[in-house]
Amino acid sequence: MTRLGNPYVTGNSVADGHAAAVPATPADAARPDSPAMVAGGSPANGWSPAGILANGWARLLLGLIIPAAMLAAWQVSTAAGVFSIVQLPPPAMVLEAGLDLLQRGQLGQHIAISTQRVLIGFAAGASLGLVLGSLVGLSRFADALLAPTIGALRAVPSLAWVPLLILWMKIGEDSKITLILIGAFFPVFTTVSLALRHVDQNLVEAARAFGLKGVKLLTTVQLPAVVPAVFSGLRLALAQAWLFLVAAELIASSMGLGFLLTDSQNNGRTDRLLLAIVLLALIGKTTDALLGLAEKWAVKRWA
Amino acid sequence: MTAVLSSSAAEAPLAAPAGATTRTPALPVAFRSLRRAFGNGADAHTVLRDVDFEIRAGEVLAILGTSGCGKSTLLRATAGLDSPSAGSVDIDGTPVQGIDSRCAFAFQEPRLLPWHTLRANIAIGLPKGVSARDGKAKVARLLDLVGLTDFAGHRPREISGGMAQRASLARALARNPGVMLLDEPFGALDALTRIKMQDLLLDIHRAEPTTVLLVTHDVDEALQLADRIIVLGKEADAGADSGAASPGATIVRTVTVPGERPRDRGSVDLARLRASLLETLGVDGH
Repeated sequence: MTRLGNPYVTGNSVADGHAAAVPATPADAARPDSPAMVAGGSPANGWSPAGILANGWARLLLGLIIPAAMLAAWQVSTAAGVFSIVQLPPPAMVLEAGLDLLQRGQLGQHIAISTQRVLIGFAAGASLGLVLGSLVGLSRFADALLAPTIGALRAVPSLAWVPLLILWMKIGEDSKITLILIGAFFPVFTTVSLALRHVDQNLVEAARAFGLKGVKLLTTVQLPAVVPAVFSGLRLALAQAWLFLVAAELIASSMGLGFLLTDSQNNGRTDRLLLAIVLLALIGKTTDALLGLAEKWAVKRWA
Repeated sequence: MTAVLSSSAAEAPLAAPAGATTRTPALPVAFRSLRRAFGNGADAHTVLRDVDFEIRAGEVLAILGTSGCGKSTLLRATAGLDSPSAGSVDIDGTPVQGIDSRCAFAFQEPRLLPWHTLRANIAIGLPKGVSARDGKAKVARLLDLVGLTDFAGHRPREISGGMAQRASLARALARNPGVMLLDEPFGALDALTRIKMQDLLLDIHRAEPTTVLLVTHDVDEALQLADRIIVLGKEADAGADSGAASPGATIVRTVTVPGERPRDRGSVDLARLRASLLETLGVDGH
């Protein structure tokens, strides 16, 4: 970040500056599963493991091997009669249950309402986490004032809030979204407040010398400096949001994937139960992947 | 000779074409009985004491001294990044309190924001209230002045250390500073780049004749660039060996550098002055 001392290290030419940047973005390099890490910096080519991992499609196929194997095992075990249909219906039956719900117009509704709850709760919780995390990370006064309370609130298991939220907000969207908000808040708050303490003080001092302060200093220097930490917080928060969604919908709801779970359990519809689980996995992974794309872009932009 | 320079500096604001980005006139700086101590009670450690000095508007002053003698502390107090324990720094007659918008700082490291282009980094130096159009024009002019027009869109990691330091100078100039504070700005550069940067600084001072306070540990650099040189150090008779708490550094010598800039690096006069300054700094000049 800063250039000190040795001119042979700092004095990289334009050309080698580019060359150094080519193999991977800094975030890629920092992530243990990135191609650059696995390849150990060797040029990616041919049929070496590094060459395969450098190819996006090959990577995707590699990641699909285990889900495909699980699907095959599921199909084989049900066909062989290892489990009863109530315990584990075959994949085709789950698919059929899905198509059936889709035709009745219920599946789209379940997915839409759950996704909506997650997105609203996640957006609100993450924003609040970003604001309070910035405050606590930058101001010693705010840290002393707020950190103990927030720490104690975090120690409360999420489900403990449910009765109180229902009492205060009734069974409706508000109580569910608030629970998801609580779930999404803490990962962002923690990662942002901790990361802001380790921002390069030289950069902050330089910016202050040029008259930047307060919110302008935060948005110009401090937040861009912690973009990778912000995104790891956001991704944790999104996972927590889905977790808390199911908790909220399991307890009291008339729609959504969590409701589909309990409703199917009560009616003995294992096929729909499995459908809900598969859908949660697929939608959760999709939203995480979208956030991952945004992260890739942001880290490149602010690295 | 310094009088010639400072008078040309005083005329510069008038010479600026009307309608162009207005320039802040160079401002005089005064240190008044400045003292800076760190810590309290028995742990108190005085770094600077009794610093009294006046710098003329448009003058280039080099501050020499051994490592740890408080050179940077003096500069930071001028910028308002640090406050003196006693006394004050006055800029144009008013004391510095907090970050002072009349100053611009260039550090030993470029300290550019790695996620911004050079153009955006230089724009950070622009003073408040500059219109987008004027700001853009000013940044373009400064990029040209420091020879980085072709690299305006590059990120700091894509350029050399010398180029980054030029961008850092341009960022400081963007502020239209009444006082430029340079804290060993070329200290981390290799010898050849350093000489080029010194020449560039003289060009810059000719184009933007502001007051410059240059902290350096390089005697040759001070002799090349400065109108006057002050040497910070501990006075020998102030109890250095008495075992008492360190009395702190103060100005032990003031030198007016002879000759017009750019000066001949091989001049006999300068060589003699160089040896004598090194002696003041406690280094054998031979």
